[in-house]
Amino acid sequence: MSGITNYFKSLLLIELFKGMGLTMRYMFSPKYTMRYPMEHIPKSNRFRGLHALRRYANGEERCIACKLCEAVCPALAITIDSAPRESDGQRRTTRYDIDLFKCIFCGFCEESCPVDSIVETHVHEYHFEKRGENVVTKSQLLAIGDRFEHEVATARAQDAAYR
Amino acid sequence: MGEQILNQLVWPVIYILCIAVPVILAVAMFVYWERKVIGWMHVRMGPNKVGPLGLLQAFADVVKLLIKEVILPTSANKFLYYLAPLLALVPAMAAWAVIPFNDKMVLANVNAGVLYLLAMTSLGVYGIILAGWASNSRYALLGAMRSAAQVISYELAMGLCLVCVLVLAGSLNLTDIVHAQAGSKGIFEWFMWPLLPVFVIYFISGVAETNRAPFDVAEGESEIVAGFHVEYSGSAFAIFFLAEYANMILVSFLAAILFMGGWLSPFPASVPFLGQGSFFWLFAKAFAFAFLFLWFRASFPRYRYDQIMRLGWKVFIPITIVWVLVAGCMKYFGWVSIGTGG
Repeated sequence: MSGITNYFKSLLLIELFKGMGLTMRYMFSPKYTMRYPMEHIPKSNRFRGLHALRRYANGEERCIACKLCEAVCPALAITIDSAPRESDGQRRTTRYDIDLFKCIFCGFCEESCPVDSIVETHVHEYHFEKRGENVVTKSQLLAIGDRFEHEVATARAQDAAYR
Repeated sequence: MGEQILNQLVWPVIYILCIAVPVILAVAMFVYWERKVIGWMHVRMGPNKVGPLGLLQAFADVVKLLIKEVILPTSANKFLYYLAPLLALVPAMAAWAVIPFNDKMVLANVNAGVLYLLAMTSLGVYGIILAGWASNSRYALLGAMRSAAQVISYELAMGLCLVCVLVLAGSLNLTDIVHAQAGSKGIFEWFMWPLLPVFVIYFISGVAETNRAPFDVAEGESEIVAGFHVEYSGSAFAIFFLAEYANMILVSFLAAILFMGGWLSPFPASVPFLGQGSFFWLFAKAFAFAFLFLWFRASFPRYRYDQIMRLGWKVFIPITIVWVLVAGCMKYFGWVSIGTGG
């Protein structure tokens, strides 16, 4: 008996009409598309994007060349050289390179940093035009930190209770 | 002498252009509309960047295709390789000659219009077969063979569907077929009611004839890459594309003319203004059918090859043969009042 009913069901295309009804409903439903360059999805304050080196309010760089980030980096993306600073003999980095091709944006460097110097900002829209630009140097990282200090500080403050 | 040339040469060319150019433009807008509709059904937006609402997307694509190189595969048959796209396009465009847009607007009001249409739509498959064979690619050859088998199978069911229409209308002339569907009851005079199963089968066969989803095994992307036109690029590919979409629009127009009364209004003639026949009605009906093509594509997964053959030979052909008898009885015993108007 069910064979006969199934036969007539398939002959009358009932299931096909059901499927078409479904697609027609979807045709008029609101679309999920994010018009990306014009619209942005809200980002978490824990978003891990492009790196930056921060400064204290008096303009002194935070990094003390402890090299914890270099040690913890699972992708070996960070290279640090250090020497006493000529002006006052403080231990500072002479070279702080991050290879963004190696970096996996795990955030371990940020977690390991005792002085909150290396951070990952919310910036994810950047590009390279020449070979070698993937290695960001200390001065570039400090410049990024200067530019996004406000956003970085806000995000850290929002997340402070959970750190 | 000058007037003779004008009548026999210049005016026909102008008439042909009056049909061919709108068809090509319609194809461009149809491609855009397809991408839009399928996008909406996938809950995305479809093209919306080129021009207002993305309306110029199709033209941008055409320009892109035209400036690309046409690659000739090694050891392909050069003559047939270049001939095949034309063989696909020419019948697709030529078939428009007998389409009546309203009472007077028809390029060639020939008495064997339906036969001419059958011939033209069947010719299109030669382009596909030649393209598959001349490309010297196994994917293309497989796609061409699938396409040929499929078109032949469904041509039979389609032909039998047309026989039903011819029995009721008593004419092979498309204009007469439309006139046979005229009458005082408007929409209820159309052939789609007494021939409802045939009407459905005709349109499904039309989808299969044009190698569209869910019958697009000829270009099944997951199995044979793109089927018969896998080796074609640039403008040669554009011509195949044009032919396929022109055929889709043609099948939509045919369904509207043969089963839904062509340019006739769905309202009775007594209704003021809306009751008048006009080519707008034909375009509206054809648009609805063309939309069905896109709706099918967004809704149904591809048929397996043997299922397509089964559907064509073991379902459609028996039903249509039975309905040819039914239609004959309808006409002979006068069960329906169709064919009285006009």
